[in-house]
Amino acid sequence: MSYVSIRNLRKFYGTFEALRGIDLDIAKGEVVCIIGPSGSGKSTLIRCINRLEDFDPASEIRVDGIPVVPGRSLAKVRAEVGMVFQGFNLFPHLSVRDNVMLAPRRVRGTSRAEAGKLADRLLARVGIAEQADKYPQHLSGGQQQRVAIARALAMEPQVLLFDEPTSALDPEMVGEVLDVMKALAHTGVTMIVVTHEMGFARQVADRVIFMDGGEVIETGTPAALLETPTEPRTRNFLGAVLNH
Amino acid sequence: MDLFDTFLNVAVLRRSLPMLLDGLWLTLQLGAASIVAGLILGLFVALLGLYAVKPVRLLMRLYIDIFRSIPLLVLLIVVYYALPFVGLRLTSFASAMAALTLVSGAYTAEIFRAGIQAIPHGQFEASAALGLNQRQTMVDVILPQAVRIVIPPLTNNAINVIKDTALASVVAMPDLLKQATQAQALTANPSPLIGAALIYIAFLWPLVLFVSYLERRYHGGRRA
Repeated sequence: MSYVSIRNLRKFYGTFEALRGIDLDIAKGEVVCIIGPSGSGKSTLIRCINRLEDFDPASEIRVDGIPVVPGRSLAKVRAEVGMVFQGFNLFPHLSVRDNVMLAPRRVRGTSRAEAGKLADRLLARVGIAEQADKYPQHLSGGQQQRVAIARALAMEPQVLLFDEPTSALDPEMVGEVLDVMKALAHTGVTMIVVTHEMGFARQVADRVIFMDGGEVIETGTPAALLETPTEPRTRNFLGAVLNH
Repeated sequence: MDLFDTFLNVAVLRRSLPMLLDGLWLTLQLGAASIVAGLILGLFVALLGLYAVKPVRLLMRLYIDIFRSIPLLVLLIVVYYALPFVGLRLTSFASAMAALTLVSGAYTAEIFRAGIQAIPHGQFEASAALGLNQRQTMVDVILPQAVRIVIPPLTNNAINVIKDTALASVVAMPDLLKQATQAQALTANPSPLIGAALIYIAFLWPLVLFVSYLERRYHGGRRA
């Protein structure tokens, strides 16, 4: 039973076709990593799932059976789908704790006290409880991204989208963010991760998808896709990323 | 000292001071009311101009362009002397406030628009992904950040509004300038005019310094 279902997803930028008819089903609790060269459409794909990008009206995406179309149902979808961005996108005018509290308070109507407790619990879970009163700009990149993960978790999402979550980080901070993501993967939340971290994909993913030119070229278990790819384009890409 | 007796005659200044203070009080009331009304108007025009349906957006653009083009004195005279012909008779205070608010609202709208557009797109995306609606995104995320950007240009605009209140004297409003010219006529001495000029400077200089300070701090902060 698929939790996220994507049917014939097409996306145009003017006349350029960024996504060329993608079909994809993701089960509840599944951890999927999407890899591929830049410009392959992998970020665009996950940004369509919570409709940060509009897509062709003939395409269909459903999350938990709810169609991802503008209007009331989109609010429901976004309440179930959390997102972590490459550039963190924390709110710079709010403290770390307030960043995490904002959505529960405004969208769910949670009381200040309840939301505060929730925030402290989540910040402890991502290992930065002691930074709760600081402002985002006083934290390192890795810490900021962990706050962003806590902020996404505060809405208790069923699906988490990660858009290259470690690409903007200094190398020594990549590990701490991946560790938090690994821990999350074991909690049963559905995760769709656009990443260049092949090690993470190999260890954590249930399935790896290789995209190129706006299409899904190949999909398989990490072992199968990363060790014995069948498509030449997958082999070329993996050859380029892994051999240096 | 003839020059002092003519331009800074202490006896004349002392006699006209109550009149000048009456005028100052009215000037400050008119300035404050127009600034606040212009802020509210400008914020709504900016939001409608950015996010409403296309015809409304065009209407807001039209409003902004027209009221930034029309000379304030012309607008004021139209409101005070022309509108009565269609049955709309406003007091001199209401006329002046209407004209100042309309023009200030147009400038303020442009300032808010620029401030909102200066907020990185990722802030809108993060808000949307968390499920905040458009109003919550504006109130909780975008405007608190935009306010910091728009304070220096808004203060500049406030200075202009206070200076422009002097135009209200042409529609017979007894503001600071009008009181000064009347005191000058009564005493046959220009000292009250100099007094009024000094009062304007005394009130506006600190604001000018405040803007410079904010701009220095803002640019310094960005470089850091």
